[in-house]
Amino acid sequence: MILKKTIERFSEGILFTSSTVTTVAVLFIVIFLFKSGISLFKASPIEDGYSMALNSNNPVKKLTSSQVKDIFNGDIINWKEVGGKDQEIQIFTLDELSAVYTEEQMGPNFELLSSCVEDYVSKNENVITFIDNRYYPKHFSGYLLKMPPISFKEFFLGREWYPTATPAAQFGALPLILGTLWVTLLAILIALPIGLITAIYMAEIASERARRIFKPVIELLAGIPSVVYGFFGLVVLVPAIQQLFGLPVGETALAGSIILAIMALPTIITVSEDAIRATPVSMKEASLALGASHWQSVQYVVLPYAKSGIMAAFILGVGRAVGETMAVLMVTGNAAVMPHSFLEPVRTIPATIAAELGEAPFGGTHFKALFALGIILFIITFIFNSLVEMIKSKNNQ
Amino acid sequence: MKRAHKLTLTQANNYLASYMEYLNVKIKKNEMKKSLVALGMVISMMTPSMMNAQKVNCKVKGSDTCLPLSQKFAEVYGNKNPGSGISVIGGGSGVGLSALISGTTDIAQSSRKMKISEKMKMTDAGKSVKEVIIAYDALAVIVNPSNPVSKMTREQLEGIFTGRITNWNQVGGSNMKIIVYSRETSSGTYEFFKEHVMDKKNFVNSALLMPATGAVVQSVSQTKGAIGYVGLAYVEKSVKALNVSYDNGKTYVTPNVANAKSKKYPITRPLYYYYLTSASAKLNSFVSFILSSEGQKIVLAEGYIPVS
Repeated sequence: MILKKTIERFSEGILFTSSTVTTVAVLFIVIFLFKSGISLFKASPIEDGYSMALNSNNPVKKLTSSQVKDIFNGDIINWKEVGGKDQEIQIFTLDELSAVYTEEQMGPNFELLSSCVEDYVSKNENVITFIDNRYYPKHFSGYLLKMPPISFKEFFLGREWYPTATPAAQFGALPLILGTLWVTLLAILIALPIGLITAIYMAEIASERARRIFKPVIELLAGIPSVVYGFFGLVVLVPAIQQLFGLPVGETALAGSIILAIMALPTIITVSEDAIRATPVSMKEASLALGASHWQSVQYVVLPYAKSGIMAAFILGVGRAVGETMAVLMVTGNAAVMPHSFLEPVRTIPATIAAELGEAPFGGTHFKALFALGIILFIITFIFNSLVEMIKSKNNQ
Repeated sequence: MKRAHKLTLTQANNYLASYMEYLNVKIKKNEMKKSLVALGMVISMMTPSMMNAQKVNCKVKGSDTCLPLSQKFAEVYGNKNPGSGISVIGGGSGVGLSALISGTTDIAQSSRKMKISEKMKMTDAGKSVKEVIIAYDALAVIVNPSNPVSKMTREQLEGIFTGRITNWNQVGGSNMKIIVYSRETSSGTYEFFKEHVMDKKNFVNSALLMPATGAVVQSVSQTKGAIGYVGLAYVEKSVKALNVSYDNGKTYVTPNVANAKSKKYPITRPLYYYYLTSASAKLNSFVSFILSSEGQKIVLAEGYIPVS
């Protein structure tokens, strides 16, 4: 008796612990995600430990990070373009330093380096430097350029994603957000009708024999690893799309959507078929008894009854599509441009995270930006899941 | 365990192989190697006759470009000298060099020369380093075989990859849109190409970023207007490598091992090992193995260009 109770208590304890651990782990992940992501908006787009400086006579006192990028990229070559004098912009980094000054002037252990920096900046009015903070002299006559931290507007509405550009990285997530939504949207448009038709066929029309063949094949679809889908897409689908539409390039949003649609199909078909089958036989029989044909019963009785189940199926399928990484990474071309049509390359959020997180320095701005992207993705999937819950509870009423 | 691309017979193979590399199978390989090395150590402890073999225990860390090469060195060297424990870790050239400065690795493998700022940090810490070139690596610019263009200047390449040139008829080809393929931003090859060919300018944002070198080859082979860049070892018949000029079109050089070796081909970079001068006695046997004809044979077999 006592033994039995102890064992019961013990198993209850184990159950309690495992569910607590799971909950805490999930909460921890969410908190970590938000903490790392939100700290992006305190981070500077300039690499840590580096600063930019101008000659003190230069009327320019402020540069946006995209202006800095354009200057170092050679797209802006005159100070006039950013509100300064009509002077050519001269870029100066430590690499150029060794071309101007001899080793002797820099000192054998580079101890005179900061005076070289001082000398160069004070002599050249059109200079912009990008140098390690430690090599600016203590009493620096030049103007140290302060960069504001990345703003919400820059991140959510910025159109340029250059996470590794130096000195000023660009974290404009808009093309990535739109890319994700476009690919997902088109995937839904493809997967929903096909999935629904197949589900109706399987539940209502298919003979038992046909069903026994179709069902395992469709379920097999769910078991294929996404890398295999991606590989198939790259080798078969991409060239096919390229030829069919006469495009210069086959890696497009369309290719990603088709692959995603195929991947979402098993979920959509299985769940909606179950919903359709769950229609009480009595309702169907009543419909038939009233003289309705089989198809009329399906259309007016079964489908309306299974509506919420079908919706849930569709949203679950979409949920898979939004977060899918590997297959999309391989077929959409991953160009971070604003999408204008489905026949252009796009870059999605999951693909970006997967491709870049491996090499982003831990705790750096790029790292934080990827977590911020993770938050966006989290919110999108969260909305989808809440919709499923809402529809389910509506169904129960 | 040959390097991925050596296994390739078809493009599909090539793709999957380098894709696995992308999925960091290399790290797993590395772990496996560590356990093999550990096993080797156990065996050597049990067999006293082997005790007099040379032993080098060290860590090699840094560039991912050097990674397959260093792993092969460690493997062959470990087989020859049981009891040696050489572990190889990637992470990027910068990571390796900063680990060398902080003393957490013995050798830093790097696909670029040590920066002046890194040298200064070494000087600050009162250490001096030795630099050894272990091999060279060349990048080939590839286009679709149906493309009539077969040569290009550096300036034209810069124009194409930064997006200033958008049509093949601007560089002597047919009227066709140029599709730019690149590696992902995390790749060392991406950085090298950006610095060496594009004068540090950024890639056009419509460039298609592929997750692996094999994917670049695959896509260029099936896209008529495509241009991309890959390591010399990845060039195969399904794509065409361009002759490149770095002197405004006076001479165009074909990318091949001979030209890369003689340094006629311009898009070549040395791969370095950096280690502390104070540790050179300890590492001598391993480093001289790499520079020996046997070590340099491995370099060639792995698709890189030997030093001598």
